[in-house]
Amino acid sequence: MGTRILGVGALLLVVAASVNGLFLVPADLNQGDAQRIMYVHVPSAWLAYLSFGVTALAGVGYLWKRDLRLDAVALSAAEIGVMFTAFAIWSGMMWGQPVWGVFWQWEDPRLTTTALLLALYVGYLLFRRLTDDPRRRAARAAVVGLVAAVDIPIVHFSVEWWRGLHQGPTIGSPERLLDPAAPSQFVIALVSMVLAFTVAWAWLMVRRYQLARLDADLEELARRGRVAEARRAGLAAQRVEEATR
Amino acid sequence: MRTDLAIALAIARKDAVAELRGRQAAGATLFFAALVLLLFGFALGPDSRRLAEAAPGLLWLAIVFGGLLTVARLHQIETDDGALDELARYPVERRAIYLGKAIAGLLAMLALGGVLLPVVAVLYGIDLLAAAPPLLITVVLGAIGFAAVGTFYAGVTVRMRAREVMLPLLMLPVIAPLLLAAVKATAAALGGDPLGELGAWLQLLAAFDLVMLLAGAAGYGYLLEE
Repeated sequence: MGTRILGVGALLLVVAASVNGLFLVPADLNQGDAQRIMYVHVPSAWLAYLSFGVTALAGVGYLWKRDLRLDAVALSAAEIGVMFTAFAIWSGMMWGQPVWGVFWQWEDPRLTTTALLLALYVGYLLFRRLTDDPRRRAARAAVVGLVAAVDIPIVHFSVEWWRGLHQGPTIGSPERLLDPAAPSQFVIALVSMVLAFTVAWAWLMVRRYQLARLDADLEELARRGRVAEARRAGLAAQRVEEATR
Repeated sequence: MRTDLAIALAIARKDAVAELRGRQAAGATLFFAALVLLLFGFALGPDSRRLAEAAPGLLWLAIVFGGLLTVARLHQIETDDGALDELARYPVERRAIYLGKAIAGLLAMLALGGVLLPVVAVLYGIDLLAAAPPLLITVVLGAIGFAAVGTFYAGVTVRMRAREVMLPLLMLPVIAPLLLAAVKATAAALGGDPLGELGAWLQLLAAFDLVMLLAGAAGYGYLLEE
């Protein structure tokens, strides 16, 4: 019941913040309506980082407590994080085309970092799929997730240098939106969207976690079923052997 | 700590002996990487100026491709007859095992770099001798980082399904900063470093190596768990 209330609340918040961002707030003077994409782009990027933070922390927790529920949290966060990362990249490209004139801007360190982030965690999820034993999978996934998390700051740093060692930033960054000098209407639109998205994220996390636990139960039942079947097959073989003796 | 190092060196020595006795696989990897350089020539040539310009990037891509095969092989020889389980049962620190495999990986990577550098010089018409000291430092730092990351991910994937594709899939995004810094440092070294950025890239490489060695040593033990 609580989850349902959370879900309905998230839906209402997202709809309200969307109506505000799409219709009530005026268009940006320079970028026009394209700037409205920021209202979904920035929250997605924030939730991507939040998700991967949760994955890393849950991984540490698993290695410490050896509780498979923490592994389910790590999986849920990683999957939702990949979704938000993909959405952040896609919405960024939709914004980049009208404003920058290109979908992909190699000189933007955030874009390149985010693309690598997506690759890191898609790899993490594929790795989980291809490992069968739940405990082995949980421990290894935790370590893989941690190394990925350690790598992210280095990636960001290196990409920033790559562009910037001898050239200043040439392109207006989305972060200007958070400039305190920006009109408060824009700031409120963005902040309310971040809040709405975060509530929706929490609801997704709860649902995905429940699903992960059910999956784990199913996996365990299937394993027991295989064991029982093997035992039955063994008994039958024994009987045949006795009968033919 | 001293015993850790002694154990690591013993493991590295074992791997080196195994590599040298089963020469074919190691030699084939070196040949494959050189072949990649030749194919890059077909893909971008025959304009030799363009090839010389792209040489740092092509060199490091060839090192990455050859290195993927190298680190995978160094773990594969352990699983073929269950040797890795034996290794995991030894009463030694897991980080010593990791370090030993990483040192073996480093030696193989240095051999790879040693073969590919002259090939690049010949195929793409580049004067290596003028920039030899910074180039060697770059290759050594890059090889350390690749061996550190590669040993860890080879350990992650060694016993899983579809490991041939999973190793590069997991590893390539992680070594992106290494590739970037190594290419930039190589280009700076070859160009005489007019912007004075070589030192910064080498520092980034060294920092990457250190972080990944520590992370790999800390994480490797969990990979050997049953």
